[in-house]
Amino acid sequence: MSTVLQDPQTTETPNYLNAEYGWKSWLLTTDHKRIALLYLISISVMFALGGVFAMLIRVELLTPEGDLVNSDTYNKLFTMHGVVMVFFFLVPSIPATLGNFLIPMMIGAKDLAFPRINLLSWYIYVAGALFAIAAIVMGGVDTGWTFYTPFSSTYSNTFVITAAVGVFISGFSSITTGLNFIVTIHKMRAPGMTWGRLPLFVWANYATSLIQVLGTPVVAITLALLALERGFHIGIFDPAIGGDPILFQHMFWFYSHPAVYIMILPGMGVISEVVPCFSRKGIFGYSFIAASSLGIAIVGFLVWGHHLFVTGMSMYAGLYFSLLSMLVAVPSAIKVFNWTATMYRGSISYATPMLYAFGFIGLFTIGGLTGLFLATLGVDVHLTDTYFVIAHFHYVMVGGMVVAYLGGLHFWWPKITGRMYPEGWGKFSALLVFVGFNVTFFPQFITGYLGQPRRYHAYAPEFQVLNVMSTAGASILALGYIIPLIYFIWSLRYGKPAGNNPWGATGLEWTTQSPPTTFNFDVTPIVTEEAYAYAKHEEAHVG
Amino acid sequence: MHSVTPVRTYVLIWVVLTIMTFVTYGVAQIDLGPFNIVIALAIAAFKMTLVIWFFMHVRTDSPLTKLFVFAGFFWMAILFVFTLGDYVSRAWMPGGKFW
Ligand SMILES: [Cu+2]
Repeated sequence: MSTVLQDPQTTETPNYLNAEYGWKSWLLTTDHKRIALLYLISISVMFALGGVFAMLIRVELLTPEGDLVNSDTYNKLFTMHGVVMVFFFLVPSIPATLGNFLIPMMIGAKDLAFPRINLLSWYIYVAGALFAIAAIVMGGVDTGWTFYTPFSSTYSNTFVITAAVGVFISGFSSITTGLNFIVTIHKMRAPGMTWGRLPLFVWANYATSLIQVLGTPVVAITLALLALERGFHIGIFDPAIGGDPILFQHMFWFYSHPAVYIMILPGMGVISEVVPCFSRKGIFGYSFIAASSLGIAIVGFLVWGHHLFVTGMSMYAGLYFSLLSMLVAVPSAIKVFNWTATMYRGSISYATPMLYAFGFIGLFTIGGLTGLFLATLGVDVHLTDTYFVIAHFHYVMVGGMVVAYLGGLHFWWPKITGRMYPEGWGKFSALLVFVGFNVTFFPQFITGYLGQPRRYHAYAPEFQVLNVMSTAGASILALGYIIPLIYFIWSLRYGKPAGNNPWGATGLEWTTQSPPTTFNFDVTPIVTEEAYAYAKHEEAHVG
Repeated sequence: MHSVTPVRTYVLIWVVLTIMTFVTYGVAQIDLGPFNIVIALAIAAFKMTLVIWFFMHVRTDSPLTKLFVFAGFFWMAILFVFTLGDYVSRAWMPGGKFW
């Protein structure tokens, strides 16, 4: 960012980046676009941190023997990888960056409904992240990111409370962001921007916000109870003092399964924007995609018990959680079918964001369908706590969300910075991400199915070839992340000026200048057409 | 926009809340067996409803606000019903007395 600040003459027109200077103008800003950039920098730092833990895990697993780190250290590595990636990268990723930047612009508003609360949410996030980092620096946590009791409440000798406090605090950042989005989308839409004309990215973030507001308080309470039991021996979860350990799992997954949808719905929103733009066609099944976002948000709250099939939960509860988990696949499938129908007979171009969209659709479909394997009671008994589960949720969270996040960053980078990224490098690294990801995680479906358990630093020698593949793929994937980091920073100074609408996209955010001015629109726009009216605009070009 | 609630109403609600606090204390002196917890929670829920309805102005607020308040409790009910559904049915066995 600083390069842009020191060089105001590169963009002659006033915009949100050159409107004010100095660190105070950033740290005390209430501009949703600047706050989005603050979030972008912070979550990138956390992503890098989580990535370092991932690489250490992969290097340890190069050999069947537990030789690089001992088992205690290994426990800490995968725990901190999970905690950092889930709570401090994936949950805020798209909503706090692209959502923050784009939602007001997409609905024709000058800012979010509560700009100061928006800034507060970033400070809360940073405070939470500092606690998590403190827990890591002091010596780490070894409970797994799920903090299962009674190990976490009684037996673990690591910094459980510090880490839990970090997650607890960052939850409030998530809640305030969600609340801000809900109020903004209800109250601040421009004239003519009806619910039926909202971009699907806004619908997706609206559904996400509902989950954040309704679900996050439960995980906060759960972690508070965990801390009370650990600190004051109040019997909630530990059977030895009158508690029930499965209660913890119920409460934890009541949030953490819907949290999967917090992590994937905004990604689906990005794909719903990118696919019509690079197919030059209106979206197929607008209302089905919008409604399926809400459907996922609601049904997603009824399925959490599929994480408890083998823990001693009632088998009757297992039956209905299994059934409902199957049902929640329906709205996701609706989206996938509608995206492919949108592309059908479209005039498709293969720019970087579209390559990521292709990657998303394929990888998310694999991630979703393997979820059905795990939702099946009998199969789950065999697959629980194996690498099959690891592969499944990485296909959803990395193959899905991280890929969508990168696609969205490339798609809106010209709007955010006013500069183009280098297209050739963009395509190359999109390819690296896709290949690297599959080489990393596909072998884990196989080792998991064959019985390699998760969370051990040593494994049976017959799994070595597939594990070496995994580690090799992770290196390719890491390169696929580092290259965009370099060229994004490079493009701030050297990228060619993007113009207001380099993709010829519809949507109010593309009608403003790049980068936008502080209040986005000089005149409040009036919306007179449906979202994704590509057909109309294409005809205008031809005729 | 909002209808103005007279001070009298607020005082009345406060008095009721105070009385219920004493009732909670009083009932706690008597052993009602399993109903100890039921009565304590019922009083707490009643007081909470008064606070939300009057002090937090939900009574005079828009239907949208009411919907969100309702959704909050509905979601909590989901958590309770499904979790208790597990607890209640955990000991059931196929061919046992329930089946
Ligand atoms: Cu789940």
